Amino acid sequence: MYQGDDKNERAPIPGITKERTEKLITETLAEMPEKAQKKRAPHLGANEPTASCCAVKSNRKVVPGVMSQRGCAYAGAKGVVWGPIRDMVHVSHGPIGCGVYSWGTRRNLMQGIPGVTSFPMDFTSDFQEKDIVYGGDKKLEKLLHEANELFPLAKGFSVLSECPVGLIGDDINAVAKKMEADLGKLVVPCNCEGFRGVSQSLGHHISNDSIRDHIIGKFEFAEPVGPYDVALIGDYNIGGDVWAAKPILEEIGLNVKSVWTGDGEVEKIGATHQVKLNLIHCYRSMNYMCKVMEEKWGIPWLEYNFFGPTKIAESLRAIAARFDETIQEKAEAVIAKYQPIMQAVLEEYKPRLDGKTAMLFVGGLRPRHTIGAYEDLGIQITGAGYEFAHQDDYDRTSPEMAKGTLIYDDVSEFELEKFVEELKPDLVGSGIKEKYVFQKAGIPFRQMHSWDYSGPYHGYEGFKIFARDIDMAINSPTWKLVKSPF
Amino acid sequence: MSAEAAVKLVTETPPEEIERVKDWINTEEYKEKNFAREALVVNPAHACQPLGAQMVATAFEGTLPFVHGSQGCASYFRSTFSRHFREPAAATCDAMTEDGAVFGGQNNLFEGLENAYALYKPKMLAVYTTCMPEVIGDDLTAYIKNARLQGHVPEDLPIPYANTPSFNGTHIHGYDAMLKSILETLTAGEKIEGKCTGKLNLIPGFDGNTANIREYKRIFELFGIPYTVLADISEVFDSPCDGHYRLYPGGTKLEDAAESINGKATLALQKYSTANTMKWIEEEYSGEKVAMPMPFGIKKTDEFLMKLAELFGKPVPEELKAERGRAVDAMTDAHQYLHGKKFAVAGDPDYLFGIVSFLLEMGAIPYHVLCSRTTKKFEKEMKALLATSPFGATGTVYINKDLWHLRSLLMTDPVDGIIGDTHAKWAARDAGIPLFRIGFPIIDRVNLHRSPVIGYQGAVNMLTMIANKFLDMKDETCENQWFEMMR
Repeated sequence: MYQGDDKNERAPIPGITKERTEKLITETLAEMPEKAQKKRAPHLGANEPTASCCAVKSNRKVVPGVMSQRGCAYAGAKGVVWGPIRDMVHVSHGPIGCGVYSWGTRRNLMQGIPGVTSFPMDFTSDFQEKDIVYGGDKKLEKLLHEANELFPLAKGFSVLSECPVGLIGDDINAVAKKMEADLGKLVVPCNCEGFRGVSQSLGHHISNDSIRDHIIGKFEFAEPVGPYDVALIGDYNIGGDVWAAKPILEEIGLNVKSVWTGDGEVEKIGATHQVKLNLIHCYRSMNYMCKVMEEKWGIPWLEYNFFGPTKIAESLRAIAARFDETIQEKAEAVIAKYQPIMQAVLEEYKPRLDGKTAMLFVGGLRPRHTIGAYEDLGIQITGAGYEFAHQDDYDRTSPEMAKGTLIYDDVSEFELEKFVEELKPDLVGSGIKEKYVFQKAGIPFRQMHSWDYSGPYHGYEGFKIFARDIDMAINSPTWKLVKSPF
Repeated sequence: MSAEAAVKLVTETPPEEIERVKDWINTEEYKEKNFAREALVVNPAHACQPLGAQMVATAFEGTLPFVHGSQGCASYFRSTFSRHFREPAAATCDAMTEDGAVFGGQNNLFEGLENAYALYKPKMLAVYTTCMPEVIGDDLTAYIKNARLQGHVPEDLPIPYANTPSFNGTHIHGYDAMLKSILETLTAGEKIEGKCTGKLNLIPGFDGNTANIREYKRIFELFGIPYTVLADISEVFDSPCDGHYRLYPGGTKLEDAAESINGKATLALQKYSTANTMKWIEEEYSGEKVAMPMPFGIKKTDEFLMKLAELFGKPVPEELKAERGRAVDAMTDAHQYLHGKKFAVAGDPDYLFGIVSFLLEMGAIPYHVLCSRTTKKFEKEMKALLATSPFGATGTVYINKDLWHLRSLLMTDPVDGIIGDTHAKWAARDAGIPLFRIGFPIIDRVNLHRSPVIGYQGAVNMLTMIANKFLDMKDETCENQWFEMMR
């Protein structure tokens, strides 16, 4: 199924060898208590690009106390899958905190009029002690009535459970079923309590299952089905990514009927079973539904990569190959049209970036998917890892990395600091919690979950911004001020 | 009904319906429905207890904040502080999952404490809880005792712990609970009858402004008053970039905290966020104990300085007298830009008192005063503050109302500006008025935590920010004939 990788092995990176990497891992582990060493060792490894599967283990429990960077199932559900659906009210069901911390902090931008047709807000049941004691089902019912009255144009409601809900024996599924009948609108329960599973990843899966059970197949597009109808899956419109990606697909002649879930509309998501092909960007968070649609409705799916001109061209050709010659010709025309524009970007930035190295640690997709964009700029990746990836993600990563580079799963702050200290990359690409740790050490950094308040990074328009941002991070004159002369 | 029969067509909301609702949400009728809400909270201006606990834990030397409960919570707290301060915010957790829900979190805590101690070598581990262990009833007292007995952590490692359930109170209560626990732990056995360190204990409370803390210290130094800040975030959340990452860049020294029990005086500047701590200190600590409002504006700063003078028998330093004069000069010079301007103010109780007193001093009108989770006592005290000035006569206090309620207020009974944290930006935008970012968190502007809002200097800073913004707006929006050189 997966066809995005190029099959050529990367040239070795000067100074990076399997021996050095393994020594670094051994030395790092040596500072941990024995039990933690044993648990962490399988998650760290030197890359072997040609191995049939990546050597590191993943999707295991966080080792207590090590300072993992992971979030929880609720974060994966609310922040990733549901939050971006713009025309639903997403209720953070439980105490106050989860909804507040996840309010507007993922940068999944959306069109619409806030509070009228789109809801980039924090809706919560703000559980109090009495709700824990007596249960929150009645409150939830009342809350949904109130939300429906105050936000009449909402196309539906999602109910996202926080930890206590699953512990006190509430039945949000029953409430949702009753309220869906009462309100005549979608009310989707999502049992994504933060203590479930080992990371955000289970929240994605649970949310996919909720979409499967409550949304998909319940709607149909008003207009007739066409041969070029596709859906964009796993693009969350971070910093406007969808708005940079969708036009390219339209330019090659495809009709993007729905987007999952960036700037998403729930009814269109519910009609996605009518499309001819699902195009999936973030495989980790949305592969479940692609597989469901494939099994139930026979819709094929294709992974693609819109980071950097090389991968965009490869992806456009792979996508076009699923259609007729008209689309294929248009794809070639689009690639040709943007070639000189991309060349100009490379001419501006590559001279300042060529030969630099970067280390990446992001969620479940971007470390492998952005490698091509870095390489377009002449930057090599010496280390990569994921917060919540699974084996299939690492298997897709290994071939994209040079031999002997460092692979780290669910890396702790302790480990990442050691690794960066030894490998001395010119850039670290990771999250907000890691950002200032490395910037204090004088190491340029870009937030790669949120595009560091910039973006989009997808598509041709996105690459212009990506290249500018990476150059800005590495070559900012402020780094030269870090060492004082006295 | 079969599944097929239930299929609906994808619909587009008619533009006229969108227009209708867009207008409707700005009406009195909508406001009434909005205020009739009983279950739904929309856009709250408060967070949960453990966030506040983490701020305190971070503020002690060599202390690693340790979350007992779900791992996602720890990540949310860390992210929130890093976004606000643009600084690292280390904290670890014991990552309880389903089996923890069934068997309790003792094993997670054991393993977590052991690993955290080995990897991060803290001088103190400060433990606080998320909802999960609170709901299942984990017994932290027993767990931590057992952890020591079984050798997971050294006998002498201080491990204060606080129960900080998110379904009770807000972040300020978690701040209070953790601070009390840390002080109880560190001062245990340290009280010596008759001994006096001669020092002032300053308890600033939950404050996302590192410059405020630096300003307090500067004032004490000008007075020549020896002090201990309990708890001191100023170096932790405003550390230098010099090529070295420091996991523990500062914070209140543990020995200073330990001897704080023998201090000459203890001064709390946020009585709402330190109520329980102060109640305990009242009974346990030597010396005088005072809880007073944050020194926002001239009069509250005057009271603060006079209290310091009284407690330590020292005159107010000449430099501060001159600073007062300069601040008053700035306020009289610029009064015309704030006088009569109406404000909505949202935030934590102690900050609200400060901001409202400053506005009253300027002749500005605190019109909608909103705290999204607090008590009747707060409401009563805020009304009393408003009653001290004719400029407070038209002000209304809203408790346990959120920023969506505030939006209704702004649309039906407009004001000129909002003072609050970043979350109020949506309401400000809808109302077409500026948001002056004072409070926590501020995650969309740089460096505001590096500019004090307390003391005389803070009054000048707030005034400058507010007055110049109004002047900028005038210059940016006025028609040509009204555009002029001077303002």
